[in-house]
Amino acid sequence: MTTLTAPRPTAPRTGRAPLSSRTGVRIVPTLILIVGALYCVLPVLWIVIASTKTNDQLFSTPPFVPSFTGGFWTNLQALFTYNGGIFGRWALNSVIYAIGGGVLSTVVAGAAGYALGKYRFAGSKWIFRLIVAAVLLPQIMLAIPQFLLMAKFGMTNNYASVILPQLVSPFAIYLCKIYAEASVPDEIMEAARIDGGSEWRIFWSVGSRLMMPALVTVFLLQFIGIWNNFLLPFVMLNNDQLYPLTLGLYGLMIITGGQAAQYSIVIAGVLVSIVPLAILFLSLQRYWKIDLISGGVKL
Amino acid sequence: MAVIGDSTAPPAPARSGRRAPAATPPRTGRRPRRGPTLLPVLLVTPAVVLLLLFTVAPGVYAVVLSFLQLKVGGGLLGGGAPTEVFAGFANYVSTLVDPEFWAGLGRMLIVAVIGVPLTIVLATTFALCLDVKRARLVGVTRLAIFLPYAVPGVVASLLWGFMYLPATSPIGGKVIDYFGSTGIFFSVANVAVWGVVGFNMVILYTAVRSLPKDLFEAAELDGATELQIALRIKLPLIAPAITMVALFSVIGALQLFNEPTTLKPLANAISSTWVPLMRVYTDAFVNNSIYEGAATSFILIVMTVGATVLVNVIGRRIARRETR
Repeated sequence: MTTLTAPRPTAPRTGRAPLSSRTGVRIVPTLILIVGALYCVLPVLWIVIASTKTNDQLFSTPPFVPSFTGGFWTNLQALFTYNGGIFGRWALNSVIYAIGGGVLSTVVAGAAGYALGKYRFAGSKWIFRLIVAAVLLPQIMLAIPQFLLMAKFGMTNNYASVILPQLVSPFAIYLCKIYAEASVPDEIMEAARIDGGSEWRIFWSVGSRLMMPALVTVFLLQFIGIWNNFLLPFVMLNNDQLYPLTLGLYGLMIITGGQAAQYSIVIAGVLVSIVPLAILFLSLQRYWKIDLISGGVKL
Repeated sequence: MAVIGDSTAPPAPARSGRRAPAATPPRTGRRPRRGPTLLPVLLVTPAVVLLLLFTVAPGVYAVVLSFLQLKVGGGLLGGGAPTEVFAGFANYVSTLVDPEFWAGLGRMLIVAVIGVPLTIVLATTFALCLDVKRARLVGVTRLAIFLPYAVPGVVASLLWGFMYLPATSPIGGKVIDYFGSTGIFFSVANVAVWGVVGFNMVILYTAVRSLPKDLFEAAELDGATELQIALRIKLPLIAPAITMVALFSVIGALQLFNEPTTLKPLANAISSTWVPLMRVYTDAFVNNSIYEGAATSFILIVMTVGATVLVNVIGRRIARRETR
């Protein structure tokens, strides 16, 4: 069963679709994949096309025929000037939350994972058990209790109220611990000690470097998790200057609810919030180590 | 093209997953050190403090709140400052006897019953198709199916909202009532499936790719067809990964909130207590009854953890039987 996650040093990908094929292309699996791809891409394609249309065209022209009458720029302009340019502010906020929270939580998880993976100290076992238990807790459901507690101390409705609760991810710590155990050899640490390196230096210049693949994966997971988070900012914030994109777009939809006149703004907003992340994401694909996740989850 | 999960990474971290503690390197590695070091304690402190402050403390606080209620103070017309008094299990009882709570739970389960199997079947099918020799367009389709994972749930719901909305629907919203009392379950489940199927597919594909190739080659020599290899060999071998994907999906389904909340302005069929998490929100923020909201929160957390453990146990048992 361990084979699941033991990613063998794979043969080069070029080995796929070998020339030695006895028959031709497999039609059925290829068709299934094409249908799946269409299912996943068509809604996004529709949004791209819809964003080129004015409101009237939205309801009067065929859905998958774009318009070239300049509706696209008008819509973008309307979006970015809406309510004094608040959309740009939301986008910036999302970036702040996702990068700030992502970096900090990766540092927290990496440090804790390294400590738990490479050292035994008083209480280390109990701390690890606490973390494993916390992995099971649905973080989303904690959002409202987190709000209630933070509201008691007047700590809501600011950037920190959205970032702080997302700084510690038990799952990320768990991943880092497992990875540190396996990828930072005791021999290297021992050799560094003999050379007179302090424990801190060993962590900083040996441990953290060897853990880099795990850290990148954790950062991306956290980045996306925070970027996509809705409930936490939804409960924590009531100042729309602090909203992330998800919350802002939701608010836009509520305001426009029933008013067909605003749809084109929401559509442009949806497009603008998808495209940069999709590009970032797909271009970072090779840094993802999903096998880490598949291995890590199997407690 | 580089694959997600393409492995240049040391294989061990993943492998140690299942029996995590046992797989730790032998203790002998921790040979004499120059005295104890404080470093590990310092490194782990931020995580522990944050965990206590933002996970444990809110949890405990929610439990405390769930046993309290407001008692309006004395004074004429109850005008005095209300005080918190111990309420025993009153908040739990009022949640548990409320038919709307169970109805919400039921609606959530309906969405889960539609969405979870669909996610797993689709993700598994795609993963197996990707691994079929001589399938074409593998790179492009894999990327396309993964794309929705980059779309936040709220945005995905808006996106599909326009797909469903009769005025703008490109998929027959004028004829099909996507927001009807039955259709709404499928509509909500569809948004969720759309968002996660690619991620799960990639996890399963990684699992398939890491199976030893000689197994299939042997089967092929014995005359097994590609379909037989996929269903009889690959499928049972990735059962543990499928279990994990199922676990993810079930946990995700129990936390259903973003999709129905975002679709609510468009769909009359979605009430403000449509799923349990929406009810907690409504209790705490609309009705200002944080005590009952806290009780419902706690009930939900217990149920989710219970379901998680249950799925895990069942899945493990299935996996064990399959590989026996």
